[in-house]
Amino acid sequence: MNTKVNIAGVEFKNPVMTASGTFGSGMEYGEFVDLNKLGAVVTKGVALTPWPGNPTPRVAETYGGMINAIGLQNPGIDTFIERDLAFLKDYDTKVIVNVCGKTVEEYVGVVERLADTDVSMLEINVSCPNVKEGAIAFGQNADSLYNITKEIKAHAKQPVIMKLSPNVTDITEMAKAAEAAGSDALSLINTITAMKIDINRRTFALANKTGGLSGPAIKPVAVRMVYQVANAVKIPLIGMGGIANYEDALEFIMAGATAVSVGAMNFHNPYTTEEVVSGIEEFMKKNNIEDINELIGCVK
Amino acid sequence: MKIKETAKVISQEKIATDIYSMWIETSIADSAKPGQFISVYTKNDAKLLPRPISICEIEKGKLRIVYRIVGEGTKEFSGYNSNDEIIVLGPLGNGFPVLTDDAILIGGGIGIPPMLQLAKTLNCEKNIVVGYRNELFLNTELEKYGKVTIATEDGSTGTKGNVIDAIKAEGIKGKVIYACGPIPMLRGIKQYAKENGITAYISMEERMACGVGACLGCVCKSKDVDDHSKVNNKRVCADGPVFNAEDIDI
Repeated sequence: MNTKVNIAGVEFKNPVMTASGTFGSGMEYGEFVDLNKLGAVVTKGVALTPWPGNPTPRVAETYGGMINAIGLQNPGIDTFIERDLAFLKDYDTKVIVNVCGKTVEEYVGVVERLADTDVSMLEINVSCPNVKEGAIAFGQNADSLYNITKEIKAHAKQPVIMKLSPNVTDITEMAKAAEAAGSDALSLINTITAMKIDINRRTFALANKTGGLSGPAIKPVAVRMVYQVANAVKIPLIGMGGIANYEDALEFIMAGATAVSVGAMNFHNPYTTEEVVSGIEEFMKKNNIEDINELIGCVK
Repeated sequence: MKIKETAKVISQEKIATDIYSMWIETSIADSAKPGQFISVYTKNDAKLLPRPISICEIEKGKLRIVYRIVGEGTKEFSGYNSNDEIIVLGPLGNGFPVLTDDAILIGGGIGIPPMLQLAKTLNCEKNIVVGYRNELFLNTELEKYGKVTIATEDGSTGTKGNVIDAIKAEGIKGKVIYACGPIPMLRGIKQYAKENGITAYISMEERMACGVGACLGCVCKSKDVDDHSKVNNKRVCADGPVFNAEDIDI
């Protein structure tokens, strides 16, 4: 039985990854799951310098999901390389680093600092809805997305995954722009811009007013977008949005994703990633599926 | 070692309006310390995030939590009976440092419960000061471990006013303060401790998601650059919830 998948020449032992921002660099969740069993750890977004993030409250629960506006708090690339990448070196899993910035130069700066490390791929965060400058501005306009992708590709040593925002009129336009600029793969979806009002305090539940919705509430939207993008581009996709179990993961795979990421559900059940891995294996056994690749995009 | 498990409810009782006391049988008890907390998960999958609840008492193989109903999640917990299942993760956070200096333990409202285990653990001179709106709870249990001074907002018991008013009115002295309660109370304690040259350890509260230090949802502003993100944000769930009041901006 084969669970290996290949994205842009990088081989993953299975298609299960962590969604950026929900798993740190794996240190905290290493107490619950065996990181060696995951296809990849996708790290929390890292910028050139430390970012303090947004004021609190930063998180609020909503029906079947949650909204967050962390604001990409991170220690900057130097500490990240020294501490987080050093930690991950000891594990037999692929490492995908999520990269963020406020300007094209900042993204390129991070990408260049990672050139000499042994990370497998770079995921470019052009879709975080919670920072004012950069980030989402690059991901909501096809021309800007094309330009930043082109610039990053010119400097990146590792294969590049552009992470797409669902907060657009037509996500396939964005996907095509990133593909045309040379992106090696795409990941989708980032969170959906949302709001919650605290009726007792008569104010916003989050200090940032808006936040990104994640969790099972967004899964059907995410599956639909993965299906649309899979039919619009040729490059491989990493699907995510509310995955809680192996059934959810298989929906994304059958819709056209080569791999999947578990996000907000790590907070609900810290064992989710490992359970998805074993759930997929059991499903394959039970249904006599020799190769996971048979399932990718099998629903036309 | 953090554990997530389906534990068993031993008993539950209502001890004041909307305030419940529950004993649970859990292996989390084996490594729990005063001032730490547990995450309690609801059985409704539409509610994703765990509810962080402070540990009130620790005994061999069992923990006690005392919590207030603030929403649907805690309302669900309040309906659990003996032998029901309860999904918990813990122990979480750092807990209070256990020192030998003369101590003032201060709890305000639903910040009182962690003071019970702390009072049991501390082996020193203890003054316990508790503040309520009007309805008392846990005060008689606390009396077993030290002198208890009460403040109520309406003056129905003890000093009329807050915990600082009671400390001043009774001339309570100590070398170290341990406190848990609402932010305005903690702010007042930080100020009082500074004026009197006392060290104060305060337990903070913030909206949490993961509870284990990964998501960076529950930060508070710190005086020094934090180890995790190299900014001035400490994680309440992982670096706290207990901080030296001098080290954080409140």
